[in-house]
Amino acid sequence: MWNAIALFFHKLASPKHFYRISGRWIPWLGGITMMLLLSGLYLGLFVAPPDYQQGESYRIIFVHVPSAWMSLFVYVFMAVLSAIHLIWNIKLAEVMARSSAALGASFTFLALATGSLWGKPMWGAWWVWDARLTSELILLFLYLGYMALVSAIEDSRAAARAGGVLILVGVVNVPIIHYSVEWWNTLHQGPTVTKFDKPSIHISMLIPLMLMALAFQCYYFTVVLMRARVELLDRERRSAWVQELFLNSRVP
Amino acid sequence: MKLLLRAFVALLQRDLLLAFRHRGELVNPLLFFMIVVTLFPLGVNPEEALLRKIAPGVIWIAALLAGLFSLESMFRSDFDDGALEQIVLSPHPLPVLVLAKVLAHWLVSGLPMLLMAPLLALFLSMPAKAVWTLELTLLAGTPLLSLIGAIGVALTVGLRRGGVLLTLLVLPLYIPVLIFATNAVTAAGAGMPVAGQIYFLAALLALALTLAPLATAAALRISLG
Repeated sequence: MWNAIALFFHKLASPKHFYRISGRWIPWLGGITMMLLLSGLYLGLFVAPPDYQQGESYRIIFVHVPSAWMSLFVYVFMAVLSAIHLIWNIKLAEVMARSSAALGASFTFLALATGSLWGKPMWGAWWVWDARLTSELILLFLYLGYMALVSAIEDSRAAARAGGVLILVGVVNVPIIHYSVEWWNTLHQGPTVTKFDKPSIHISMLIPLMLMALAFQCYYFTVVLMRARVELLDRERRSAWVQELFLNSRVP
Repeated sequence: MKLLLRAFVALLQRDLLLAFRHRGELVNPLLFFMIVVTLFPLGVNPEEALLRKIAPGVIWIAALLAGLFSLESMFRSDFDDGALEQIVLSPHPLPVLVLAKVLAHWLVSGLPMLLMAPLLALFLSMPAKAVWTLELTLLAGTPLLSLIGAIGVALTVGLRRGGVLLTLLVLPLYIPVLIFATNAVTAAGAGMPVAGQIYFLAALLALALTLAPLATAAALRISLG
């Protein structure tokens, strides 16, 4: 049993097999994403009742909360991949980490943008220095710093390793930054509206929220696999299996 | 162990000597520190109450930026003339040697800022109680800046235009230091206890002291290829 799993991961780590296996996964993942997204949006936008305090505008949480979750998930996932890359020198982990960066930054940006759209009617301002908003903004800076560093180093091997170190340093810092910002905000006593305690969310809103969270997760894996495949083809363009693939000209 | 200590001291002495030979370069970040602080009363408002209010933030942000300027010199010249390669090749553990270089950097860039801060606090009419706390936060905070900054410099030392990139990488990581330090100084000015913030800074310093040299060493090995 364990041997089979180990063999599977061993195979997955080789670019050739990864390319083949991921090619089979992508349509399925994409289909699941579509189904989750459509059902989540339908339940969230049409079925779930309006909130008694916030009216219809609360519905933005069905995009906002999943993207905020994903922004953190992708960063931690990148850190895990970078650790795998730095420790066992598995090239594929680094390709995945690199393909994740732009997606993670997009999720972070989406969380910030939807947050500020929601904030305008709720708080009366596009931006307040709320603790969570601020740490999300800093997370965006961390993503952008990673992308800037990786694109500035020409040698792709060195770029990958340097990016890996930076992500690992960042992931140690993310909780420190988060709690320091939270602490800073509570001392400064921000607008009290931001502090309304979390009401236990009703099941009719929880289900679409969870569906959307799963949809975002599946979307991420679909797109990151697609990006990783392209990156892999580019990196391995001189290897035999890529040449063979192109000669047979059945490149999807 | 004894050999390692000797290598540590030798590297520290060498870096201090090199810094002393280029005195002019040492003064520049300090001048920058002073000028930035001077700009605030001119640009914002010379009213005493306002200055007192923004003083902790102004002094600390100026210190962050001035620190960034001197960061690049930590590994740059050694990288250019190949000395860095020799340091990496030496039989001693690289993180310890990195620590020597960081210490040397702090002694020539952080410590002078510590000495200059009371003067700037005077410019911004900071209360005397807060000045002591400012000194304390700088004492715990500037080594932190050097330690965290060293990681960024080590990652970008091989690049031709690493300067702006370094800022992008390092400044977000400086935010906790800035928050705790300015909070402590503001609290001290208001007569509130500051032990909590100082402990946090000290804890961060302990964490950075143990982890940052390891990350810096790894980054240096990558930059040297």
